Amino acid sequence: MISIQGVSHAIGGKRILNDVTTQIAQGGITALIGPNGAGKSTLLSLIARLEPLQTGRILVDALEIGACSDQVLAQHLSILPQMADHTPRLTVKELVGFGRYPYNRGRPTAQDDAKVAQALDMFGLNLFAGRTLDTLSGGQKQRAHIAMIFAQDTDYVLLDEPLNNLDIAAGRSLMKTLQSMCADHRKTIVIVLHDINVASRYADHIIAMRDGSVIKQGRPAEIVDSSLLQDVFETDAPVVKVEGTNLVLM
Amino acid sequence: MNRRLWGLFALLLLSCAFYMLWGVRAPWSFVLPFRGVKLGALILVGCTVSTASLLFQTITQNRILTPSIMGFDALYLLLLSGAVFWLGGMTVAGARPQIVFLVTASALIIASLLLFGTLMRSVRGDLLRMVLTGIIFGALFRSLTSFLERMIDPNEFAVVQAASFARFTQIETDLLALSACISGITLLRCWAIRHRLDVLALGRDTATSLGEPPRRLELEGLILIAILVSVSTALVGPLAFLGLLVLSLARLVTPSEKHAILIPSAGLIAAITLVGGQAVMEHVMALSTPLVVVIDLLGGAVFLALLLKGSGR
Ligand SMILES: Nc1ncnc2c1ncn2[C@@H]1O[C@H](COP(=O)(O)OP(=O)(O)OP(=O)(O)O)[C@@H](O)[C@H]1O
Ligand SMILES: [Mg+2]
Repeated sequence: MISIQGVSHAIGGKRILNDVTTQIAQGGITALIGPNGAGKSTLLSLIARLEPLQTGRILVDALEIGACSDQVLAQHLSILPQMADHTPRLTVKELVGFGRYPYNRGRPTAQDDAKVAQALDMFGLNLFAGRTLDTLSGGQKQRAHIAMIFAQDTDYVLLDEPLNNLDIAAGRSLMKTLQSMCADHRKTIVIVLHDINVASRYADHIIAMRDGSVIKQGRPAEIVDSSLLQDVFETDAPVVKVEGTNLVLM
Repeated sequence: MNRRLWGLFALLLLSCAFYMLWGVRAPWSFVLPFRGVKLGALILVGCTVSTASLLFQTITQNRILTPSIMGFDALYLLLLSGAVFWLGGMTVAGARPQIVFLVTASALIIASLLLFGTLMRSVRGDLLRMVLTGIIFGALFRSLTSFLERMIDPNEFAVVQAASFARFTQIETDLLALSACISGITLLRCWAIRHRLDVLALGRDTATSLGEPPRRLELEGLILIAILVSVSTALVGPLAFLGLLVLSLARLVTPSEKHAILIPSAGLIAAITLVGGQAVMEHVMALSTPLVVVIDLLGGAVFLALLLKGSGR
């Protein structure tokens, strides 16, 4: 369980998160939704200690962010940032191999090689394994980064808008992969999504944010409706139910 | 990749043989030790300059800047004149070069942590601002140095004066044993953290999420760089573009992002450049052109090409 207790954050005097307190249950997909600038990426960066915490506490199971060992945390929690660092001259295979670094500290074992091969396979990257990242398309690069996170094989996975750049087939296959990771390996996935319909269809839980606060949360079937759209996005799109899923008509 | 490293090693052995054995006219028992000491110094300088430059590029996440371009060498010379000024006033006969070296090197570690530690945080990722800062630092340090030189006793002025220009013919051999020990330990440390440097090169966020928080490693890197720069500047003076030149060559000859490959490859290429180049200059061209001029000409061209091509990363 990720437990966020009274977290506030300010940059240059500007309040970005306002006393956020919430819990993300273990197992399943939790989607973070909200308008641009709501503070979703900031919250994720704080959980993944990419930014130092200013006020409040964050606990990932028993590990306290900011106090626990970095290496141990890296074996429990991984993150795909919204703007992944670009490392143009690495090959896809080398990049994915870095996912094993928290375990092998740079000295790969046969087991690590097997995990890397599995990750390449899972994200359809076998054909590109030997190519450097600067020769790939945006979506292929995105897949390579996700494959690295997958190879890191942590209980908690944070993904900031991973569907960016992915075509519909790659997007669906990613969401299905995430579902099966949760079902088969008890992973906990926190994912920032811009398409509320994707959240509604694939997530087990939705957390809606606006202006640095959590406005609403719950199961998609219960909270995705016109009032949510009004409160969070200030737009009045109609919501219809198709095969048991609440969908927003654009 | 390993075969290429062995190839470079063979080339280095050849250049060493050429440097040591070509055109010996005086008795061997005199020539061999005489040349041997200089050979050792050249190899040491090659390894320190190339490793310091590689470390700096990894920490600052670019492929254009090196410690010398950012003004580390100039800062060393400024601190050296400060040390000579201060120590020279204290002792009558002038301080021993080893003491002066140790004082200057320690001052450089502290100064570079203060200056570059804060600077790197504020202008990171902005290549042009980094280049500009380097140019301004270099000019500032050099003018402060010449100001101090005017206040130094003329006898001691010779120490600073001699150190201010790159030279391979009059190497500071008094310092060789001491600096070989210090840089040996420093280079071993660089080798020990090679995998962590690979992760740091992925970028700050990725490094953090892989359990390698950048802050401490960056500070340690700055300390290692300051020691390595002190050694090379003390031995042969400032070398503006050698680091950049050999790193660009290393990335061509052994195209890899791994520090386990790049550290030895850049070190070997730097040693080959210095030893082979000096052998040609001394034995063939009879010193008509100083080697530094050639290296800076080539390195400067590489610098311009990289800057204009915009391949900073
Ligand atoms: N480095 C920074 N300096 C100043 N303000 C920042 C900085 N980073 C983020 N902000 C501000 O913090 C607020 C929240 O940003 P954040 O990136 O968390 O939003 P987000 O919900 O992820 O938005 P998006 O959907 O566009 O990705 C925004 O108003 C943004 O302008
Ligand atoms: Mg965001």
